[in-house]
Amino acid sequence: MLETTLAPAEIADLYLRSLGGTEHFIQGDEAAAMGALFAGCTFFGGYPITPASEIAEVMSRELPLIDGHYVQFEDELASISAVIGAAWAGARSMTATSGPGFSLMQENIGYAVMTETPCVIVNVQRSGPSTGQATLPAQGDVMQARWGTHGDHEIIALSPSTVQECFDLAIRCFNLAEEFRTPVIFLMDGEIGHVRDKTVFPSIGEVTRFPRRKGTEGQDAFGGETIPPMLEFGDGCFVHVTGSTHQDNGMRDVQTSTVHDRLVRRLVRKIDEARDRIAMVEVDVMDGAKTGVLAYGATARPALGAVLQARAAGAKVSFIRPITIWPFPGSQIAAACDGLDRLIVPEMNLGQVNREVERYVDCEVIHFGKIGGEIHSSAEIRAEIERANR
Amino acid sequence: MRREIRICGFGGQGIILAGVILGEAATKAGFQAVQTQSYGPESRGGAARSEVVISDGPIDYPRVTKADVVVALSQPAYDRFAGDIVSGGAVIVDESGVTAEGAEVQPFTATAQEVGHKIVTNIVMVGYLGARLDLIDPAILEETVLRNVPPGTEELNRKALKAGQELFAAQVS
Repeated sequence: MLETTLAPAEIADLYLRSLGGTEHFIQGDEAAAMGALFAGCTFFGGYPITPASEIAEVMSRELPLIDGHYVQFEDELASISAVIGAAWAGARSMTATSGPGFSLMQENIGYAVMTETPCVIVNVQRSGPSTGQATLPAQGDVMQARWGTHGDHEIIALSPSTVQECFDLAIRCFNLAEEFRTPVIFLMDGEIGHVRDKTVFPSIGEVTRFPRRKGTEGQDAFGGETIPPMLEFGDGCFVHVTGSTHQDNGMRDVQTSTVHDRLVRRLVRKIDEARDRIAMVEVDVMDGAKTGVLAYGATARPALGAVLQARAAGAKVSFIRPITIWPFPGSQIAAACDGLDRLIVPEMNLGQVNREVERYVDCEVIHFGKIGGEIHSSAEIRAEIERANR
Repeated sequence: MRREIRICGFGGQGIILAGVILGEAATKAGFQAVQTQSYGPESRGGAARSEVVISDGPIDYPRVTKADVVVALSQPAYDRFAGDIVSGGAVIVDESGVTAEGAEVQPFTATAQEVGHKIVTNIVMVGYLGARLDLIDPAILEETVLRNVPPGTEELNRKALKAGQELFAAQVS
C-alpha cells in the first residue's frame, strides 16, 4: 500500500474519476455493483447466491480499493442486519441476494422500514419456490418485494431491463433510499443479471448523490416531520433505534394506539405522497391502438421487439414499461392505457403485476405468464398480440 | 443484420471467455452485441456454452434461437448444443476429440499446440471465427483479446489469434 495523505473519500473519488467515461462489456450484476460504487456505497454485507454472486464478487474486489468494507456473513439474516447497522454508522450500504436469501431477509427489511434506515437490497430473481431452478431467471418475487415483510408499510422497488440500466438505476436506488430514509429493493432478474452488454460509466461529476440529512442533538429522528433527519451513531448524539412502535424521539411506546397510528401512517405517507415523483414509466403509445403490451425487467426486451415487429406488419400496438414497480405507477399506466381494449402483460411468473395493473386500468388485462427458466421470445409475445387482435 | 453464434466445449476450455471477447470486440466495432452463457453446476468439466448475438440494431432477445454458427470443442458439447441452427448455418468442430457427421472440421487444438500451448485453443478459434464472420476489424479483435488475457500471456495469445485467422485464410484461398 502506498503512503498517502489523502482522506478515504478523496481516494474513492480519484479511483471513480479514473473510471469515468469508460466503456465496458459486463454483466448486469457487475453493472449494478459498479453503479452502487458510483452512488457512494461503502459497505456491502452479503452471502453469495446464484444468480447474484457476481455483485458480491465485484464488491469484494472494488470496495477495498476505495477504503470501503466488504463483509461476507454466515447467512442472509446477518447480512441484512449488518447492512442496517452500517447505515446507522454513516455508510451507504447494500446487500445482494436472490429468492431464498430474500426470503430470509424479510423480517429485517421490515426493521429497516420501521427504523427508517436507508439501504439498498438487490434481489436478482431466480426461479422458485424454494431452491427451484437455482441458476435460472424468473420474476416471481414482485409481490414478495411489496408484501414480504409483515405489517403496514410502503416500499420502493425498481426493475432494470438493460445492463446500462442496472448501473443507472442502482444509483437511483441509493438516492431514493436517502431521500425517503427507507430500504429500497432493486428488483433485478437472473437474465439481466447475467447477460453481458455494453455499459458506459459516467464521469463521477455527472452522478448526483442525494445527501443524507443529519440532525443535531435533541432533534427528533423519528417524527416531527414527514421525513425526519438521521442522528448517526458516532455523531455524539443520543439516539434510540427500535423496531418496536416508538415516539418521535425513538423511545418505545407500544401501548398507545395513537402513537402507532401516527408513526405507521407517516411511514406509509412519506412514500405514498411522492409516488408520482418516484414513478418511472417508459411509454410508447400509438395513436388509435386497441392493444397494448406492458412488460418490465428482462421480459421488456422481447416484448418491445414483438411490438416493433407487429407495428412493422401494420398493427397498432402500444408499449408500456414500468421501471418503478413499487409504489406501483398506476395512474401513469392508466393514462397510457386510455383508449385500449386490451393489455397483454407477459411476465416470468403465473400472475403478479397483471393483478396490480387490473386495479388501475379499464381495459381487459391478458396475463401471459411463462415459467421454467426461459425468458419469453419476441415471437411468442408477437403471437399473443396477434391472438388478441383477432 | 443479426448473427447468432454458439461456442461450446468442456468447462475450462475458455469457452465463456471466447464469447466475451467476440461480443466485446463487436461492440467496440460499433455493433450491438450481447453474450450469455449456460450456467449450472453441470458446467464444471461438463458441457459449457457461450452464446453471442451481434446485430446492427437493438437486440430484443438476448439468447440464440437458431445459430448461424456453432463451434464445438468437445464431444459432449457437440452432442448437446449443436442442434438448432439456421438452414445453411455452419457447425464447426475441433479435429481433436469430436466426431461429427457433416460438420466442418478445423484443427484448433493442433494449431494451438503448434503455436506453443493447447491452452490457447480458444483464441485460435476466436481468430478463425473473427475472420470467418468478417464483421470485426482484426486490430479491434486483437486489442480485445489482449485486454482479456492474463498478463504475461499476450505474445502467445497474439500468435494464437493470428494462427486462427490464417487457418481461415488458407481455407478460402
